Formats: sequence, structure tokens, C-alpha cells
Amino acid sequence: MTRKSKKIYFDYAATTPVDPRVIKVMLPYLGKKFGNTMSIHSFGQDAKIALEKSREQVADLIGAKVNEIIFTSSATESNNLALKGVAFANKNKGKHIIISQIEHPCIIESSNWLEKQGFKITRLPVDKYGLVSPLDVKKAIRKDTILVSIMHANNEIGTIEPIEKIGKICRQKKVYFHTDAAQSFGKIPIDVNKMNIDLLAASSHKMYGPKGAACLFVREGVKIEPLLHGGGQEMGLRGSTVNVPAIVGFARACEICEKEMEKESRRLTKLGNKLIKNVLKIENSHLNGHPTKRLFNNANFWFSFIEGESLIIQLDLLGIAVSTGSACSSMKLEPSSVLLAIGLKPQEAHGSLRISLGRWTKEKDIDYFLKVLPKIIKKLREISPYGK
Amino acid sequence: MVNNIYSKKVIEHFQNPHNYGKIKNANGIGEEGSLVCGDVMRLYIKVGKNEIIEDVSFETMGCAAAIASSSVMTDLIKGKTIKQALKINNNDVIKKLGSLPSVKIHCSLLAIDALRAAINDYLSKKTK
Repeated sequence: MTRKSKKIYFDYAATTPVDPRVIKVMLPYLGKKFGNTMSIHSFGQDAKIALEKSREQVADLIGAKVNEIIFTSSATESNNLALKGVAFANKNKGKHIIISQIEHPCIIESSNWLEKQGFKITRLPVDKYGLVSPLDVKKAIRKDTILVSIMHANNEIGTIEPIEKIGKICRQKKVYFHTDAAQSFGKIPIDVNKMNIDLLAASSHKMYGPKGAACLFVREGVKIEPLLHGGGQEMGLRGSTVNVPAIVGFARACEICEKEMEKESRRLTKLGNKLIKNVLKIENSHLNGHPTKRLFNNANFWFSFIEGESLIIQLDLLGIAVSTGSACSSMKLEPSSVLLAIGLKPQEAHGSLRISLGRWTKEKDIDYFLKVLPKIIKKLREISPYGK
Repeated sequence: MVNNIYSKKVIEHFQNPHNYGKIKNANGIGEEGSLVCGDVMRLYIKVGKNEIIEDVSFETMGCAAAIASSSVMTDLIKGKTIKQALKINNNDVIKKLGSLPSVKIHCSLLAIDALRAAINDYLSKKTK
């Protein structure tokens, strides 16, 4: 992304550009320091030292111990490892897993696959804001429950789940608690001990690090099987030559996020509130998700009488990049299951728009967006049979 | 700004659709699609002497492909006789648009369905 051009990127929840400070620390590991962490010569050992330093930096962001961080290639891989790894390591204890209906597809699909292997899956509903009820979790836990997996913050509507309460319940019931923190990691404080988290997935490219690096926090003592068997990397939990440059970048991204978290959250909360307040001034516009228990950088709306894909294309033609839960923008031609789970009708979900802000969002970007959005909606409603 | 999903023609018609809105004195109205699917097209035709479609307009709630398909279809049938209009199929719509992504082919079909519904509506009113 070129920040000097007139294009406005409002899709930070999809992915983020790599911070130049991150690129800087990665470059040596693409060049001179190219060694394989498993080699005992100096090239390998330089890479190994960088890897272990990175592990410390990532662990530091969430209050984990160094040996509790497993590096992977993506949040999808981390979530697959968490669910399948825990399922297979604990199948003699039980075969029941609890998730919510609004998990990311990688959790939903891993659960669907486990179901085919004979595991039992409970998919908890959410309320109209997208909140999972801790009481529902408590009620759903059975003798054979081995894992509860509830996301920290939802990727579409930004709702922040009560994971501290859910974690406490799981701890009391002696059930492992996993959380997919891909959206919240680096944005809001996470303390795996205070929040009773046993496993946590996070990704580098959502927080200004490179793609291809992610991690799974696995609390000491949690029984888990690897998905990738190989050369014993990552404490035997993930065979593969380690992607040192990406991991070094991920770690630096964590450092920056930790240092700037408070300031950035204040800045973007202000911009986000301005955005939400003014978009809701448009007639027949509605906020999706929770009014306050939401990620500060996420705003999700639906607009009556229009369809989201046409809205996105119109905005894209003006250089503004946003996202929608409309079926028309997906290959499956089905509306967002998250929006349906919070009670939207399909026709309402089709008219949805997600705006996610980030490190390079400026107030003038919000102002420009607020200037053009009502005009675009007005025009699409003029074309629509219902808009008048 | 180039969009990789849609052809230039689709974007042109999407940005400046022809013949949208309602027309007065329409004597055939057809509606196809469903709100659940997110695509609804309503077509108004004014059929005059010698069964010629003198005026036409559309109202569509849908994606860029649905709006562009509607626009192109109205161009295709304006001034044609009903008999000629009935010969138009979705490939003619796609051809006019340059191309449509495969997942959007149904949008061109929707336009044809709305057209046939409007003509049927006109014919059924006429026989009454």
C-alpha cells in the first residue's frame, strides 16, 4: 500500500501493510543471516538466536512463558493445531468440543472435520450483539468435554467476547480453553494467566507484521499432538524449517504494538466513534455488533434496500477499500453466517459493510468517506425497487 | 481505477445505468429474484402500437453485475417488438457486457427472467 496515493484502506481486519520498522529488522534474515535454525554452525546458530529472541518478544505481549509459544505459518494453522491437536491428544478423556456459531471459518471447518472423525461438537448461539453467554458455556460443558474454543474478538463485527469469564468457568471445570485472538492480538491487552487461557492463536499480518508468521500459545502441561511431523522444530509440535525472517518481523510487530497500544487505541477509538456516529445519521442505517464491547478499529453496518457488493465496488471506484458480508461478494453466494447468527435476515446481511481502521488511518480519510458514502447509498437506493 | 473482477463495460453500466427508475403508464411489470438471495429486479415496459416496446425502465437491488445486466437488457429491448424481445437471451446480455465472472452469470439470467415476466404481465393484461 502506498500511503502517499489517494487510495484509502479501510480493511485492516483483512490484512495490514508491514510497518517499515518491521521490514527493517527482517531484511538481514532474508540476506546474510539466512541460516537454518537446526544447523549447528554459526549461520544456523545466528538464526536460532533470532528465533528464540522473537519467541520472548511474542510471549511478552500476552504474559506467556517463552516455551509456551509455538510459531506457525498462519492463524488458520494455529487454530487447526489447537483444535485437532487437543482433540487427538485427549480423545481418551472425551470427544466433546464447544465452539460458538460465529467463529472464523478455520475453527468452524476444523470442528466440522473433527465431527466426521467421531468428535461431538456443540455450537453455541450468540445474542443480537454477537456475545456468547458464559452461562451457556457452563451449561454446555459435559463430562466428556475436552475443549472450549471461543474467539476473543469477532473478525466481522468486532464484538469482544467475555473470554475472561469463560476461561474461569473452563478452569473450574478442568476443560481446556482456547481462544482465536487473530483480531485482538496487539490491539487490546491480553494476559493469558489473568484470563485463564490455555491456548491462543494469533497472526502477524493482522498487526503490521508479514504474512506467513503466526503463533499458538500452548500453556505448559496442555496435552496436544502436532499436525506436522518432521524434524522436531518448535518443541516437536511443528515440523518445518523455521521461517526466521517472518518470525523476526512478527516479533518486532509485537514489540511495536505493545509500546503503542494505549496511544493507538485512544486515537482509533476517537476516529471510530466519529465514523459510527456519522454513518448512523444516514437514514435506515444500522450498526452491527455491540455498541461498546467492540474492537475500537471495527465498524460494521447494514443499510436497508441496497446490496453490499455494489456499495463496495462504488467505494472501490473512488479508491476506498472496505468489505461486506453480502453473498454477492463471496464465492459461495451465501450471506455472512456471523450476521445471520446475530439475527439479521439474509436481505439485511446482504446490505452490510465492514470498515476496519488501522495505523495509517487519518481523520481526513474518515471525513472523505463520510462525505461520499451518503451519496453512494442514495444513488443505489434510487436504482433499488425498495429505496423510495 | 481498474477492477479485476468486472469488465470495463460492466463498470460503465454500473456507474451510469441506463433507464433506471419507474416509467409512467407502464403496461407490463415483471419482478424476479428474491430478497433472500440479495438480487431483485423489477422491470417496467410500455408496449405501444405494433407491439413495440416504446419505453422501458428497471429497478434493481443487487450487485454491480445485476445492475449492469439490467441496464444492458433495457438497451437491448428498447424499440424492439415483443416477439424480438423474447428472442433475447442471457448470452446477448453477457456479450453486451464484454464478460461476466462465472459466479455472476445468474445476474444475466435474472435480467432475462424479469423481461419475460414483464412481457407475460403485459400479455395477460391484454387478453383480459
